[in-house]
Amino acid sequence: MTIQASSDALVSLNGVNKHYGQLHVLKDINLQVKKGEVVVVIGPSGSGKSTLCRAINRLETIDTGVISIDGRKLPEEGKELATLRADVGMVFQSFNLFAHKTILENVTLGPIKVKKLDKATADKDAMALLERVGVGQQAPKMPAQLSGGQQQRVAIARALAMKPKVMLFDEPTSALDPEMINEVLDVMVQLAREGMTMIVVTHEMGFARKAADRVVFMADGQIVEDAKPEEFFTNPQSNRAKDFLSKLLTH
Amino acid sequence: MNTLLNNLDLFTTGFRNTLILFVVSGIFALILGTIVATLRVSPIPAMRGAATLYINVVRNTPLTLVLFFFALGYPKLGLVEIDFMTAAIIGLSLYTATYVAEAVRSGINTVPVGQAEAARAIGLPFTQTLTLVVLPQAFRAVIPPMFSVFIALLKNTTVAAGFSVLEAGAIRSNLSERGEPAMAGLLWVALVFVLLVFILSFVQRKLEKKWKVAR
Repeated sequence: MTIQASSDALVSLNGVNKHYGQLHVLKDINLQVKKGEVVVVIGPSGSGKSTLCRAINRLETIDTGVISIDGRKLPEEGKELATLRADVGMVFQSFNLFAHKTILENVTLGPIKVKKLDKATADKDAMALLERVGVGQQAPKMPAQLSGGQQQRVAIARALAMKPKVMLFDEPTSALDPEMINEVLDVMVQLAREGMTMIVVTHEMGFARKAADRVVFMADGQIVEDAKPEEFFTNPQSNRAKDFLSKLLTH
Repeated sequence: MNTLLNNLDLFTTGFRNTLILFVVSGIFALILGTIVATLRVSPIPAMRGAATLYINVVRNTPLTLVLFFFALGYPKLGLVEIDFMTAAIIGLSLYTATYVAEAVRSGINTVPVGQAEAARAIGLPFTQTLTLVVLPQAFRAVIPPMFSVFIALLKNTTVAAGFSVLEAGAIRSNLSERGEPAMAGLLWVALVFVLLVFILSFVQRKLEKKWKVAR
């Protein structure tokens, strides 16, 4: 296990391993993400990229290795972990908006309950965020009344409301109809331009080309390549990556 | 009608005690049942085990035996003395809580796991994830079975009549002592129960409409 010097890394994974029974889903993962960096994780399904993403805020536990956020090791379950999670925004494939709360309440729940903001301030901040992602009009509605693309943008606003240091996106557009993918990607590109640190698991190569600083290619639980998007897409080094990219291009 | 009007005192006292038993036991059962349900889904094995044991022991025991224990067995233990009414409330609460717990647990199981993950991801600790996100949705999903539990509780209160509590189930025997026809008395008691259950069903429909969770 190699522990790299990672003083300037906002998110750092060192020697991370995880098994599901016999299956070795994460194999000795080392990954450092600097502040303001946008890292896109791609790879075939079952390569462990979602698990990697979820491990960073400990929705998945790991067997060995160290994950730190802003220099702090991920705590075990408990209050400390909850505090750290508040600093890590997460956007899920299936949106996961709170079904019994309005759009506005979805965004204000965290700020009010975790950050102890008063309701008026939380409402004001939430409205600004909802406007920013283009769903301000939907504030009083229930999640089920919104389209998938709108729901996902609300989910991004909900994560941003906690003023996170880093945002994790776990296949944010995979559950969306094709015509709604762009409205979500646009918000994400915007966010990247504003300097948000982002780790994005996605199949959207267009987003990787447009917004990523680095592309991490995973296969069979390992990081196979870690390169700038230009390099990766034009000149992949490994056969796995070449194979993966050729399959994408033929469709 | 005369049976009712001539013995209104008996009917009012009886049904007042029935309602006290129902409301107080109902509230305790709801609170205890919810706690037990959350213990059953807790990540700590000992808590899960304790909750499962309680549910299986109490739910598998006939209510009459539970009340027998509190009316006759409990006083022999030489602990704090309680009157029959309190004993009946404790017995009914403990018994009904097991059914509430199972209803709530089935509701918790209907809430997609992503809801809890999203709650944890914004930094809510376990308790708040449960009370702010999971339980409100769980309750909404189980209003019909929950009301069945409470309707059963309302009728189960009559079992307490066998333990010297003057509630609705005891009206008939008291009427007999006054020389009233038993059948008329029983019919009136039944009618009031039907009315009370009707009210509960009405509340149930209102809540179902108000709390519908669209997915």
